[in-house]
Amino acid sequence: MGVARYVTDEKGAIKEVVLQSGIQVQSHYGPKDLESRGFDYDQDLGEPGEYPFTRSIHPQGFRSRPWTTRQYTGFGTPEETNERCKLMISHGQTGLNVAFDLPTQMGYDSDDPMAEGEVGRVGMAVDSLKDFEIAFKDIKLDRIGVGLTINAVATIALAMFQAVAEKYGYAKDRISATPQNDILKEMIGRGAWIFPVEPGVKLVCDCIEYAVKELPRANPVSICGYHIRESGATPAQEIGYAILIANAYIDNLIARGLAPDDFVGRFSFNLNVFGNLWEQVAKFRAARKLWAKNLKEKYGVKDKKNLFLRGLFGGGGYGLTKAQPENNIMRGAYYALAAALGGAQTIALCSYDEAYTIPPPHSALISLRTLNLLMDEVGLRDTVDPLAGSYFIESLTLDMEKKIIAEMDQVTEMGGIVKAVADGAIQRLVSRQAYEFERGIQNGELIKIGVNKDADEEAKDVELHEYSYESAEQKIAELRQFKQARDQRAVTESLKELERVVRAGENVMPVLVKCCHAYATVGEMCGIFRQIYGEFKEPVIF
Amino acid sequence: MTRPRTIRILLAKPGMDGHDRGAKVVAQALRDAGFEVIYTGLHQTVESIVAAAMQEDVDIIGLSIMSGAHIPISKKLISLMKEKGLDDIMVVVGGVIPNKDIPELKEIGVTGVFPGGTPFDHIVDFLTENVSRN
Repeated sequence: MGVARYVTDEKGAIKEVVLQSGIQVQSHYGPKDLESRGFDYDQDLGEPGEYPFTRSIHPQGFRSRPWTTRQYTGFGTPEETNERCKLMISHGQTGLNVAFDLPTQMGYDSDDPMAEGEVGRVGMAVDSLKDFEIAFKDIKLDRIGVGLTINAVATIALAMFQAVAEKYGYAKDRISATPQNDILKEMIGRGAWIFPVEPGVKLVCDCIEYAVKELPRANPVSICGYHIRESGATPAQEIGYAILIANAYIDNLIARGLAPDDFVGRFSFNLNVFGNLWEQVAKFRAARKLWAKNLKEKYGVKDKKNLFLRGLFGGGGYGLTKAQPENNIMRGAYYALAAALGGAQTIALCSYDEAYTIPPPHSALISLRTLNLLMDEVGLRDTVDPLAGSYFIESLTLDMEKKIIAEMDQVTEMGGIVKAVADGAIQRLVSRQAYEFERGIQNGELIKIGVNKDADEEAKDVELHEYSYESAEQKIAELRQFKQARDQRAVTESLKELERVVRAGENVMPVLVKCCHAYATVGEMCGIFRQIYGEFKEPVIF
Repeated sequence: MTRPRTIRILLAKPGMDGHDRGAKVVAQALRDAGFEVIYTGLHQTVESIVAAAMQEDVDIIGLSIMSGAHIPISKKLISLMKEKGLDDIMVVVGGVIPNKDIPELKEIGVTGVFPGGTPFDHIVDFLTENVSRN
């Protein structure tokens, strides 16, 4: 949940503060603290919009480029998703962030026995292009950026997105899609992996390579420190692991003959916002700097724009509580403040009831309004990087940078991020911390309002988003009918071609677009991957 | 009171939901409390959970469910256990569980329900007391 550890004396005065990343906070900071850390304005900060971009990637910050908003949307049927997307756009949301149900994320069709009870439960159920046609009907796909929250089969989702855009008359060079497409973090947290590490990474990079060559406005990967943090990582680990994961993808793409300058500008990050406010702000500033340095020094990236860490800073799910859920509205506001002070490009918040359910429109709108209010009422756009020059913030940003580097070095000692994920070493470390954190909450060492302080005698019960067995049944019936009615020869041929491409180790994207146009289903396409790649054997250690 | 042997518990993640923070945290708490903990890992079917329970000869099966599907999954698991003659294994469920669903889960045959945030001590005490009565 993200509070620091405090040691107090008998009168309750704070004697010691240790942030989650393990950094001690002093009672006050002054010029000497910057001096002792070797602080240098040009090297450590630079002007806003200048290397190393600690202050901002744009010289005018939010003055010229206000952050965009992208609440997570999508549930049940494609029709419902379409309706909700239009509602959010009509309320001023500037991008969409589409949620898929678990069968879709795991590459099963709605009529697969594995999908039983899960069709449309936590997101939109997608079987074929037909569902995308419904979901994105009347949405200006050349104007609205669309996040596709899917990883193991991000290739299929991106191909389908291109296919639907083409179907509606938008050329592929005009559409802006951001598939999440980060499989290594799925293996650390979130758990929606299918294939072993090697083909998993290959598919991620197929998606990136294709987008670089064919979809100039797509952001083909969103590196998610977010879920790693949700699983129990510290803010320093969140950034350190995210950079290492990004590097693993970069190395794969270089091995394909691509030059980093041709593609790293298309990477974006998804980072978390819950926890200690100062620690979050320092984290975002240090992350921007380290990412730029990493690209410049390790990979020789030259183009300035390619050195930008662009990100969705948001969510904060683990900071929210089931108890006293309305408090989460306030928490969301503070988390958004951290994101804004940290210089986010996009912000989205978990809704106040998201600790236990898919947010209804009312709570999604509260989140959107929270962000609007911060933007338009309290002055977050006034000046770039308003905390710069604070003795405390600059000291903490330098401390955070050191800590992140130490975390990265530790993974290198484990044999690198790919190995540490494949053998479960990272997962064990992170879940150990999650356990210690939980113990801290239970023994009162870490304060959580409404949980172990100011708690109610009797907790209010939670209301879950009601699962509709009828609409799941209907979806399955429609799919069966649809499979009968489509041009089966075209499907079979496209799938045969997909199988050949997968076996040959070629990039799967062009043929996936063909398969989607032929109305092959997610389950059919993923079935070929499954058959050839096999499945990830999770290292079950804790 | 001395127990005849260490309590063995199988912690399982049924279905496709990948949120395993809770399951792994509880696994560590139970291990520290002296239980023998076997964790299935993600994406398990009810059939694979029952097979693992038989093979590992456990006293308790603990399901961790966040997706909202706790009732159908518990029903399916317990009916398969009956079929296999494993009625003596205690079943408990944790995760995102509304209080109003607890009576129905108990009716199905779930002995204990631990919604997210239940103190470890409570889980440990409950399991220890209820398993030794069997």
